[in-house]
Amino acid sequence: MKKFFAQAYLWLLLAMLYAPILIIAIFSFTEAKVLGNWTGFSTKLYTSLFSGGVHHSLLSAIENTFIIAIVSAAIATVLGSIAAIGIFNLRNRQKMIMNTLNNIPMLNPDIITGISLFLLFVSLGITQGYATVILAHVTFCTPYVVLCVMPRLQQMNPNIYEAALDLGATPGQALRKVLMPEIKPGMISGFILAFTLSIDDFAVTIFTIGTEGLETLSTYIYADARKGGLTPELRPLSTIIFVTVLLLLITINVRAQRAQKAKEKELK
Amino acid sequence: MKRGSWSFPYFIFLLIFVVLPLALIFLYAFQDAEGNFTLKNFSKFISSPEAANTFVYSIGVAIITTVLCILLGYPAAYILSNSELCRSKVMVVLFILPMWINILVRTLATVALFDFLRLPLGEGALIFGMVYNFLPFMIYPIYNTLQKMDHSYIEAAQDLGASPMTVFTKVVAPLSMPGVMSGVMMVFMPTISTFAIAELLTMNNIKLFGTTIQENINNGMWNYGAALSLIMLVIIFATNLFSDSEEQTNNEGII
Amino acid sequence: MNNSNFIIELSHISKSFGEKVVLDDVSLYVKKGEFVTILGPSGCGKTTLLRILAGFGTADEGEIKIGGADITNVPPHERPVNTVFQRYALFPHLNVYDNIAFGLKLKKVKEDEIETRVRKALKMVGMTDYEWRDVNSLSGGQQQRVAIARAIINRPQVLLLDEPLAALDLKMRKDMQMELKEMHKTLGITFVYVTHDQEEALTLSDTIVVMSEGKVQQIGTPIDIYNEPKNSFVADFIGESNILNGTMVKDKLVRFMGQEFECVDKGMGENAPVDVVIRPEDVYIMAKTDSGMFEGVVQSCIFKGVHYEMLVTTPNGYEIMIQDYNAFEVGQQVSMIIKPSDIHVMQKERICNTFEGSMIDSTHVEIMGKEFVCNEQVGIEGGEKVEVEVAFDKVELMDNKEDGTMVGDVRFILYKGDHYHLTIRTENGSNLYVDTHDVWDDRDIVGIKIQPEDIKIKRV
Repeated sequence: MKKFFAQAYLWLLLAMLYAPILIIAIFSFTEAKVLGNWTGFSTKLYTSLFSGGVHHSLLSAIENTFIIAIVSAAIATVLGSIAAIGIFNLRNRQKMIMNTLNNIPMLNPDIITGISLFLLFVSLGITQGYATVILAHVTFCTPYVVLCVMPRLQQMNPNIYEAALDLGATPGQALRKVLMPEIKPGMISGFILAFTLSIDDFAVTIFTIGTEGLETLSTYIYADARKGGLTPELRPLSTIIFVTVLLLLITINVRAQRAQKAKEKELK
Repeated sequence: MKRGSWSFPYFIFLLIFVVLPLALIFLYAFQDAEGNFTLKNFSKFISSPEAANTFVYSIGVAIITTVLCILLGYPAAYILSNSELCRSKVMVVLFILPMWINILVRTLATVALFDFLRLPLGEGALIFGMVYNFLPFMIYPIYNTLQKMDHSYIEAAQDLGASPMTVFTKVVAPLSMPGVMSGVMMVFMPTISTFAIAELLTMNNIKLFGTTIQENINNGMWNYGAALSLIMLVIIFATNLFSDSEEQTNNEGII
Repeated sequence: MNNSNFIIELSHISKSFGEKVVLDDVSLYVKKGEFVTILGPSGCGKTTLLRILAGFGTADEGEIKIGGADITNVPPHERPVNTVFQRYALFPHLNVYDNIAFGLKLKKVKEDEIETRVRKALKMVGMTDYEWRDVNSLSGGQQQRVAIARAIINRPQVLLLDEPLAALDLKMRKDMQMELKEMHKTLGITFVYVTHDQEEALTLSDTIVVMSEGKVQQIGTPIDIYNEPKNSFVADFIGESNILNGTMVKDKLVRFMGQEFECVDKGMGENAPVDVVIRPEDVYIMAKTDSGMFEGVVQSCIFKGVHYEMLVTTPNGYEIMIQDYNAFEVGQQVSMIIKPSDIHVMQKERICNTFEGSMIDSTHVEIMGKEFVCNEQVGIEGGEKVEVEVAFDKVELMDNKEDGTMVGDVRFILYKGDHYHLTIRTENGSNLYVDTHDVWDDRDIVGIKIQPEDIKIKRV
């Protein structure tokens, strides 16, 4: 009985969380301009989303979003991993200072990060565009990469690096052959985290994207929604995004669970 | 390993892109458009009823959202972490999944839902949208602390004769407080600083503090905007002092 | 020392971490092919010494030579030594084969030679057919074998082993000890082995180096170290022993437990204060007879597997530990005999605390960095350097550290039959030696107080 109520509560909450998304998904399969009118099943919105033409700006916004996310996640991963190794080897005061500095961008609300970077770019007279958005995204993504890599370094048996040196590896070789493989999982999850943070971001982007007509998906949706109407093609787009993320997360989790179970079995 | 110097490039990067910009907010907040020192920006905020009202209203919305998220989220996190009540890990994934969808898409979906149900946009939609957007951020950290909690504490309490209710109030609830605190941080902070969401959810009828800041920056009132940002920073800093800023540890492992 | 027959020459090595002196002028010379064990309690500096030898740490002072070549400033990857780490330190992302082949691959050895050598190394450690296993799926003992194979495959001149068996269970440890000894014989490589386990050291080594507080206490063969400990620390650390205060009456006659015993030591002078060490298995115990050398009452008797361990108190209040194959009942009257050759007499390192101090004024003196009240000193001026003596039993220790003039922590406890002899490390790092009847634990923090009349001051 207790279990029944508990389950019911969870499903009710899930219904609330997913109702809006479901509505969008359902109405992505009809042609009506206004959401809520069902004018029969159709996949026209999907085809017109990818056919370009009128909605060319939406497609280029998607493209921009991905380019920005990949570039800034890559930069953040390199910068953050090198920084994590550095911070890990610092002592006491210096380490504390670096950790505090690293925490600031994560504690700052997006709007503050956005405005502060906006002020930086305008006071330096830098024209805002691709470069400034990427720099801004690197700024708020790198701390998360540091946070992903750091535990790998901390969990690492410190003797492993020394063992490599002991067996004749130069410090450079020890780094490449032993340290890198050890922190690689942290780097990968750091990259994925940075990538999704970048794709999701709206508040920082809007302040650093400039007025040259560059759009990401977020700013496109925002501008579009502000004009009053919602471009109907956003419905199939949202649905696609949602389904992709759903599949991705479920695969990752299922695989992680399977790997864990396999490991437990092996240990037995 | 003597690679402490490897942190140097990042140190410079942080100085230029984090410390310097924050210093600029300070600088702009205490300057007029000509670059002279002034406190006018702050007196303008205090004397203008609109901005001050928006500020108080935003804090109110943030508090209500946070409280609702705790009330709705805690039981959910508790059920999810309790293996007797919920065995499926997929449930947990379903709850954190919305965190990974663009916040604007989620907001537009809420607007769509209200349209579909023929409900008016406004205050109700605003609160619903906020709770809907940030509920997963409350559930996840609480779930995480409850999940990591050593089950033997509960068994020890039972062994010592505590009723299920006492076990909850005296053991489980206090031990899950860190999770609640970081949940509060993860909900309160974004709620108080959002700008676009409120605009979309209320057809631009209700303004939140974030919107005011954004409008001022967009309209070229950088100094006033910076002053308002500084006020928001102070609020965030104050909330930060309350919690242990443990949320980073709880952030990990979402993937 | 000439460089002809020593493979390792460590000369006057000192090392500090901040204020803390970890190694204090340590010198060690190791012959080629020797199995040397560095033995000491945790924190004695033995691991630091090994790390300096491997090149993971640098000495503040001193010189290191291997095979006659000065390697003091050579980085670890260019040293002709390999290390077996305490927690194995296998590369978790590589399988057994790649772990063992790691060093050879770096040296660009040909693939087919690597393969034969890896197989040989695996055979040597008894792990044939484990090449392709994931190292994380191996048991502790198997991981340790792989770690050893990974080190010896490089044919180092010296193999360093840092408590390699500490993480294994007792049975596995015993087996591995035998295998290590066997391996040492076959390979002919010099082994430098670090451990805190005295039994392991006695079993394995050709030479044992006993260390404590950053200093070498004694170097010798296991038999020497066991039978002729140089000081009370070594006697207490190696095996079980009764350590008692005594006086050397004259050559071959020593007085302890209130009576005189014949012994074999000589050359210490007459009426010299000494420490007397008697191993518990060297005391012969029997039911009360007239032919015993001294008498006592059995206080406790515990079966230890092979023998019984008994505590016996003498009429004048000394407690002696005795091991014997026969059990005696608690409360039984017994007589004891000790052979003269089983009484080990050691010169005392000190008979009281001596400090360099300076007078602050006529009733205050500064010692160990603190100001103490002393009896009025006539004729010694403020600021003058003095020598201060405090008897061991005149130092008061208190639970409440606020009650003392200064604070210290208990570093070493020696039971002397009727009292404890403690070594206290004070705030400024100097050692204070205390005789007490109270029971303290290792690392206890204590308040220290000395009465004014117990501070004996002498002009320098």
